[in-house]
Amino acid sequence: MLLIPCPWCGPRNQIEFTCGGDATVPRPAPEAPEAEWMRYVYVRDNPMGPHVEWWLHGAGCRQWFKLNRDTRTHEILASAPPDAPPATEP
Amino acid sequence: MKYSIFSLARNARSYHEQWPLAWRSPAPKPRYDAVVVGGGGHGLATAYYLAKEHGLANVAVLEKSWLGGGNTGRNTTIVRSNYHLDPSAHFYEFSLKLWETLAQELNFNVMYSARGVLNLVHSPADMDAAIRRGNAMRLNGIDAKFMTRDEIASWIPNLDCRPDARFPIHGGLLQPRGGTVRHDAVAWGYARAADARGVDIIQQCAVTGIRIENGAVAGVDTTRGFIATTKLGLAVAGHSGQVAAMAGLKLPIESQVLQAMVSEPIKPALDTVVTSGAVHFYISQSDKGELVMGGDLDFYNSYARRGNLPAIEHFVAACLALFPSFGRLKAMRTWGGVCDMTMDGSPIIGKLPVRGLYMSGGWCYGGFKATPASGWLLAHTIARDEPHALNAAFTLERFAEGRTIDEKGAGPYAWAH
Repeated sequence: MLLIPCPWCGPRNQIEFTCGGDATVPRPAPEAPEAEWMRYVYVRDNPMGPHVEWWLHGAGCRQWFKLNRDTRTHEILASAPPDAPPATEP
Repeated sequence: MKYSIFSLARNARSYHEQWPLAWRSPAPKPRYDAVVVGGGGHGLATAYYLAKEHGLANVAVLEKSWLGGGNTGRNTTIVRSNYHLDPSAHFYEFSLKLWETLAQELNFNVMYSARGVLNLVHSPADMDAAIRRGNAMRLNGIDAKFMTRDEIASWIPNLDCRPDARFPIHGGLLQPRGGTVRHDAVAWGYARAADARGVDIIQQCAVTGIRIENGAVAGVDTTRGFIATTKLGLAVAGHSGQVAAMAGLKLPIESQVLQAMVSEPIKPALDTVVTSGAVHFYISQSDKGELVMGGDLDFYNSYARRGNLPAIEHFVAACLALFPSFGRLKAMRTWGGVCDMTMDGSPIIGKLPVRGLYMSGGWCYGGFKATPASGWLLAHTIARDEPHALNAAFTLERFAEGRTIDEKGAGPYAWAH
């Protein structure tokens, strides 16, 4: 069971959250070439190790935030509000 | 040695102590005509069909661990071809036809059991979708039968078919030829048959790098040294992105964990495979008597090969709602496997943008049933350097070209399929 530190509500049970996927893919400009949009929509780094991802605290404060989580161990390294890069310490 | 009633009787007289090894464990040669990475069902099948259908005997399969120790040994052994879209329907039907004769083909009992796969429907909308898919299957020459609630209730007495059940059952779509296959036997059968045709199966040999010269594959670096080859097939689903990255490629794939569970073994209680898309649950009974069940992904990226309790709780709750009488059983074992989740829910079988590099991956959580066809078609693609009609649609380029094969119409999310 994951204990997820919401930046606003503190550590909460995993069942209150939904993962929204990779948070490191920058959204291209509207006029960007198709290849760039293709990468944004489909292609992922899919790293084995620390992974910065979106989570939604849907059964809590209903806010999106970033979580840095290790995909090998599920260890949570950091969480942060959406506009801040997640630090390395929780 | 051919396995038969006679070889069994002969070896019984020596107390089964004189059976020859089913395959060799050779040291890697410095060079092969083709190398397949991944010693699961898909990789071993690829090597077998390279040797059998295309006459390539100088082939190696490289496995970082032991044969069938990845997703081949972690799936829930279900085979079926109840797909809606044409490319998927033709591909999986080809696979199911290979399953039907695989034991004879390999001289190895893979225990294909055509016990049927029943998809339950729980609402009128669900029923419309099931009938539409069933009609699409029949137009593609695949067996499909719609069952009413009464027919299901008399066939599967322990399924809660009462109208006031928590998840009322309106009917179901049955594929009678679907069923189960013993998954370990698939890896062993293909390994033995490939070895007999001269394929070198090299275990405990992890690929650490892919060497590319002038835009073409030149070989692989492994924990047992460099191996030269100009044709390299990747059959490492779960870790396709990690291995493709060695060739500088990024894939439209995320790796997520899928869990399954078996109960303690009981006497025969369920003689088919029951699934419910609405409550995300499927169940069958193994030949050993355990009820084998599973449900959804854990819904976050993971290479951990283990999941968390919420996903298990979800499918156990679904199980108890559908089969109340299973509530007294103990859970015996749970486990997880790492799935290559593609952005459209369909696999990638074909050429990669490096000359001599091919892959079969992106199997999401449905790779086991595809094993024979995946191997057959990857072998064809490697040998001919062009895809067969059956895998021509499953390219990596389909994402850039807007030709995704999205069975559910769920959109570009790795966890949505």
